[in-house]
Amino acid sequence: MTGRLADAAAIVGLGQTEFSKAAGRSETQLAAEAIVSALADAGLPVSAVDGLVSYTIDPVEEIELVRSIGAPLLRWSSRAPYGGGGSQGVLLHAAAAVAAGVADVVVAYRAVKARSGARFGRAEVSGRATSSHAGTTAGQWCAPYGVLTPASWMSLDATRYMHVSGATSEDFGRAVVQMRAYAAANPNAHFAGRPITLADHQASRWIAEPCIRLFDCCQETDGAVALVITGADRAADSRAPVAVAAAAGAGVFEEEIASNHYRPDLSVMDSSVALAGQLFGAGGVARDEIDVAMIYDAFSPILLMQLESLGFCARGEAKDFVADGNLGPGGLLPCNTNGGLIGEGYIHGLNLTGEAVRQLRGESSNQVDGATTALVTASRTGVVLRRG
Amino acid sequence: MTAPPRRPPPVLTDDNEGFWTAARDGRLVVQRCRGCGARHHPPRPMCPECHSVDLGWEEAAGTGVVYSYALLHHPTHPAFEYPVVAALVDLDEGVRLVTNVVGVDPHEVAIGMPVEVAFEPTADGFAVPVFGRRGGG
Repeated sequence: MTGRLADAAAIVGLGQTEFSKAAGRSETQLAAEAIVSALADAGLPVSAVDGLVSYTIDPVEEIELVRSIGAPLLRWSSRAPYGGGGSQGVLLHAAAAVAAGVADVVVAYRAVKARSGARFGRAEVSGRATSSHAGTTAGQWCAPYGVLTPASWMSLDATRYMHVSGATSEDFGRAVVQMRAYAAANPNAHFAGRPITLADHQASRWIAEPCIRLFDCCQETDGAVALVITGADRAADSRAPVAVAAAAGAGVFEEEIASNHYRPDLSVMDSSVALAGQLFGAGGVARDEIDVAMIYDAFSPILLMQLESLGFCARGEAKDFVADGNLGPGGLLPCNTNGGLIGEGYIHGLNLTGEAVRQLRGESSNQVDGATTALVTASRTGVVLRRG
Repeated sequence: MTAPPRRPPPVLTDDNEGFWTAARDGRLVVQRCRGCGARHHPPRPMCPECHSVDLGWEEAAGTGVVYSYALLHHPTHPAFEYPVVAALVDLDEGVRLVTNVVGVDPHEVAIGMPVEVAFEPTADGFAVPVFGRRGGG
């Protein structure tokens, strides 16, 4: 068993709304708009849709969505666990569904009002010990100590990572400067036209000292992204298919998304190590085939940690990999060319998948010449996509 | 008259209440399997080592070292003073706690710092284990 699903499915449609600070309409409407747009891009009628897949921490009720888009018959639906960490799991779920023959046309989506609605980054005390499959149950052990937000949860891992690797806030800042440079050239990005310098990064205020400054954080954003997935055999009929060359997910013992601090070595993202084993293991994709990567950058430290845990550089060397310009144009691993979650916005990770599709179609604002293979990861879930 | 504690109380469940009720009484306990002796934190209903459901609570020495920390500046919650000194403490018994380091200049907190337990009251009459520098100072 490889733990990956290879070459079974393709992304045949991509749709999204505008990204903004205040969408002025419901998440259900945003999702419906993105799905209709993705189906138009795919050249498929809504009557063809028979599968839906989302991931947890989703305010959109499937039944309300179906009422709005008018899909006449749903054969299958699911939600991948772990919130944004599960964002690439939608492709494993969708590919598995079409490979198993339980659905022919699956729509994957995420709509958020992370800016104008319920913000992740607000300090609130939950009265519940569980998290409805969001993967943050260990947050119950954090709340009495004022550790209330994703940044605060992640900061405990990030400080340890700095201690072990020698990475500094400036090292994180160099990655952020690159994300903001890409975002500056992306008209859909929250930070379109607004690049920063390392000095700007270092002048931004502490969120969690000594690891996370304001500019290290993703931009909570309103908007939606949708993808249409079919079997590989049907993909040739569409305008610009992108093959799901490999899809995998990995959850390891004693690890949640960000609020679980009980693994022996928090400077390593164990689930990313496992994920890389599945995607890049025997018979899988070779790392040097990856032309462009989208790596979940909710906070800049986890971008560097994933570079190491995914095996793109050795332990403790991500700071040098970044400083050498490898995430930028012409580097070894151009990364988050939409500006990432830090620069384009936080559509809970699914906008990274959208950017990978654009790269493989040759339609990115920061196009990597000749990109044919793209990696998208969200710590524990990931896909390799290939130009169709 | 002293203002009542504002720190939010823990949320009790069937699986965690032994830890928090002990803390309310000023005792730091660690879950221990009566079958194989393994210690676990956070507590859980079944021992993952031997699948025993006969789990009890053992009083900890209350000493450990800081595994990691962060000074939380923003966003703020009215129950806390900022920066909040968030920390992970590895107890001598081999389990790790999320906690606060108290009574120390926040900028003196460091990985590897020896600490010992203290207790701080919460709203609703509970208390939670926190840690100060071991040996005073």
